Amino acid sequence: MSTQTSARRRERPIRVASGRFPWLLVVPALLGFAFLLLPFLGLLLRAPWPTLGTRLLMPEVLGALRLSLTTATVATLVSLVLGVPLAWLLARTEFPGRRVVRALVTVPLVIPPIVGGVALLLVLGRNGVLGQYIYAWTGYSLPFTTAAVVVAQVFVAMPFLVISVEGALRGADRRYEDAAATLGASRSTIFRRVTLPMVAPGVLAGAVLCWSRALGEFGATVMFAGNFPGRTQTMPLAVYLAMQQSPDAAIVLSLVLLAVSLVILICLRDRWVSAP
Amino acid sequence: MPRPLFHRVAVLLAVPGLLGTAACAPVEDTTDGSAGPEQPETTLTVFAAASLTESFEQLATGFEQANPHVSVEFNFAGSSDLAAQIGEGAPADVFASANTATMDLVVDEAGVAGEPETFAQNVLEIAVPADNPAGIEGFDDLADDGVKVALCAEEVPCGAASDTVMTATGVRIEPVTREKDVKAALTKVQLGEVDAALVYRTDVIAAGGTVQGIGFPETEQAVNDYPIAVLADAPNAGPAADWVALVTSDEGASVLADAGFRTP
Repeated sequence: MSTQTSARRRERPIRVASGRFPWLLVVPALLGFAFLLLPFLGLLLRAPWPTLGTRLLMPEVLGALRLSLTTATVATLVSLVLGVPLAWLLARTEFPGRRVVRALVTVPLVIPPIVGGVALLLVLGRNGVLGQYIYAWTGYSLPFTTAAVVVAQVFVAMPFLVISVEGALRGADRRYEDAAATLGASRSTIFRRVTLPMVAPGVLAGAVLCWSRALGEFGATVMFAGNFPGRTQTMPLAVYLAMQQSPDAAIVLSLVLLAVSLVILICLRDRWVSAP
Repeated sequence: MPRPLFHRVAVLLAVPGLLGTAACAPVEDTTDGSAGPEQPETTLTVFAAASLTESFEQLATGFEQANPHVSVEFNFAGSSDLAAQIGEGAPADVFASANTATMDLVVDEAGVAGEPETFAQNVLEIAVPADNPAGIEGFDDLADDGVKVALCAEEVPCGAASDTVMTATGVRIEPVTREKDVKAALTKVQLGEVDAALVYRTDVIAAGGTVQGIGFPETEQAVNDYPIAVLADAPNAGPAADWVALVTSDEGASVLADAGFRTP
């Protein structure tokens, strides 16, 4: 896509509004930014700063934070392993019903996560369509385990990765792959050495989106994995339950989650996601 | 007469809307001929614990027939969520809480007119799937090895009540999950993902035949009182008092009893 854009830009003889500040864009842009930022400022204003330190060091908070970071990271890795091939098939192959498949990939984005959680129970629970066989043969049931947290997160977060990677693949210039093919590279070599490096920014942006979504996941997790401190109680669940008793504690937990994710995302963006 | 049921999130979004409606609604303006006689002129806003949904909706039908100029609008949610919304200035007329602690919070922060009145009680029951796969018969069985039990989280009233019973009886249940609310615990039973859950008697009755309820005497250790009160800043204090009178009347008691509540 970038090559097309630059080509088009070169063709255009005069840049009409050059030099003038784009006020027309600034106003809605600022409004949009303020709309996104204000709730966060509200949290900061209402935070119980004097007791912040003691609340932060509670073992429950650290346990929930550790669980959240671990599960979101594992969920992102799983999504990469399953989602990148899926995106490649959607972007680069023709097969009957591809449009339907692509629409279905986005279903988890559309349905309320809590419904997604029920759906996961209906399929993977110990009475579920598949889960009942797993339970009958192995005695293992997925709900209420840490693995269930990851499963719920992959379900809601992987579509972000797939869509992002598919977009990157469609935008990438296929002539490089064709050139590699004419030079005798095998399909897997082309994928590894040509395609992946080309779409790396898209993959990383997708992974970051996926990780963020997994980190904030609440509905599907609480429905499918339940809530047990240390095992399935991630930060969003801890925030929700803290809210039932003490909004102050909930605000502190939310700030911790926000701070940690912002730090990680800012570092990631600077290091890897800054597309050339 | 629409009485929209707001979900938790929708309520947060709708609160400014409610504020607007309440501010603009003509109050008891019976001399105005422009509004038709069918048109309700007052909207009574009742904030009530989610467990009261079915009973209160049933009572509202009769209330609106008896008071044609009033339409009742409900906000059903967890008691503590409602208390937080009232604390933030949501324009409620009546608050009905599922426990006294949350009502006390509202009394302190927002103020109520008069004294809160206890109009119902709820007790815990063991909910098991219809076929009771683990053969649960009493409270002790919940502590057996291999029995998967869902309890409510300690932060919510049904979880606190469960903890009270466990402490009082010395029976240590090892739950596989502490659910975020009583309906979530019940769902796990309905789907057969757990062998049993401690929920309220009213929830077992509301679930119909999908779960089986097992009463147990130890539940007397944790009886939940439901207080109701007109809020000090109620925009419609008159109809609000009428509503409280209906809920605490014999008619109210009988509707609540049908739903599984104990009534005074």
